[in-house]
Amino acid sequence: MSKNETELTWKDIEVGAIACDPGSARGYKTGDWRSQRPTYNHARCLKCGLCMIYCPEGCIYENAEGKFEASLFHCKGCGVCAKECPTMVITMVEEG
Amino acid sequence: MAEETRVGTEVSLAVGEIVRMVNTDVIAAYPITPQTHIVEHLAELVADGKLDADFITIESEHSALSACLGSAAVGARTFTATAGQGLELMHEVLFVASAMRLPIVMAVANRALSSPLNVWGDHSDVMAARDAGWIQIFTENGQEVVDTMLCAFRMAEDRRVLLPVMVNIDGFHLSHMIEPMFLPSQKEVDAFVPPNHYPFPLDPNKPVAMGDFAPPIIYTEAKWSQEINIEHSAPVIREIWGEFATQFGRTYRPVESYRAEGAKTLLLTMGSFSETAMTAVDKMRAAGIDIGLIRIRLWRPFPFAEFREAAKGADTLIVLDRAISFGVGGPVAAEARSALYPMEKRPRVVSFVGGLGGRDITVAGFEEIVKRGKEIAAHGSPREFEIFGVRE
Repeated sequence: MSKNETELTWKDIEVGAIACDPGSARGYKTGDWRSQRPTYNHARCLKCGLCMIYCPEGCIYENAEGKFEASLFHCKGCGVCAKECPTMVITMVEEG
Repeated sequence: MAEETRVGTEVSLAVGEIVRMVNTDVIAAYPITPQTHIVEHLAELVADGKLDADFITIESEHSALSACLGSAAVGARTFTATAGQGLELMHEVLFVASAMRLPIVMAVANRALSSPLNVWGDHSDVMAARDAGWIQIFTENGQEVVDTMLCAFRMAEDRRVLLPVMVNIDGFHLSHMIEPMFLPSQKEVDAFVPPNHYPFPLDPNKPVAMGDFAPPIIYTEAKWSQEINIEHSAPVIREIWGEFATQFGRTYRPVESYRAEGAKTLLLTMGSFSETAMTAVDKMRAAGIDIGLIRIRLWRPFPFAEFREAAKGADTLIVLDRAISFGVGGPVAAEARSALYPMEKRPRVVSFVGGLGGRDITVAGFEEIVKRGKEIAAHGSPREFEIFGVRE
């Protein structure tokens, strides 16, 4: 869809409200649902990757420096990563 | 002229024959009284190699309709049938089918709802599903069932419609009748119902997401487009009935009248009881009683213009509902009042509920309803609606 979703009228809705652009959820910001954010103490991190595997949103990735972090655009702050981290590297911090 | 064969058969079996003749690809259905003969007959046709369809023996009605979503979405001609509790178990998926614009045809052998358990006919099942966004048509006799089934596939699959269609057949009182019916020839069915060309079939080479997430910013637009769509289906439905009349010589309209011309008191019925009501109208007319009958055939989308046209000029409209919207009354009466309200001069609506759970209403019963209806019109009633035939 070329139009932004705030500009779409009912006439722009595809038949059956089909989404013709697969992966459109990538553009949907769920980060603002969050009340807590995960923060990493990278000094103790074993780089086991369990946080990335357990993350139900798939929003944890390994950055260019080889460190794990959460994309805050999608992170809903569920805290699963902090709960599962074997070395307790991740602390959930209240959003300000 | 139509090349038809006149046969005597059970209405449920005739439904199966039409599903066979339109070369249905997928049937996913769970047997439930009084729909059972429809799916049993279809299972037999598939097992005997007379219909080349996938018959999915599914574990519940919820799954049956869910399977139909998938098959309709790949462009397969899809049929299911249910009744009563089965329709309620489908409830959640009914809304999905219509919102996804999937052309599924479903026969409903209308049945009462539990509890207490009752397998006989009334309209409780469909009335609880009336807001699900399906095209809903009521039938009165075997021939109408055959003809409506044929038209239902055309309507559902029309590029301008693409909606699921529910064909309502009164449980037992209609589904289990053995009647003479004209069945079309294969050549005629092929001419009237072309192959299904669903325009957006699921295709791995062109992936899409169906039934996707719609946040508040877009949900209203999605629902409005659905509403406009079902409203726009009405002229196409009329057009298809018109084509049917040209090819087969039998005419169907969204609202039908019987000896209603000039009548100051009108009865309003839906479904197979309408035939008894017609006989009652004949008898009352012969006795000099001022009475006519109107029947709503197309229940959704509601034919406001045709209904107002049929009811105008009458002083009293006596509505018989075969379901109770608990705490309110008859759903058809409520719709009738709402449709008539904008008219400057409108008939007074008198509401009866009756014929619940297979309780018959005879010709004498309709005479009583009309007598009491006229009394209520003249002197009022202590109630918003009255129930017919209850033992006090």
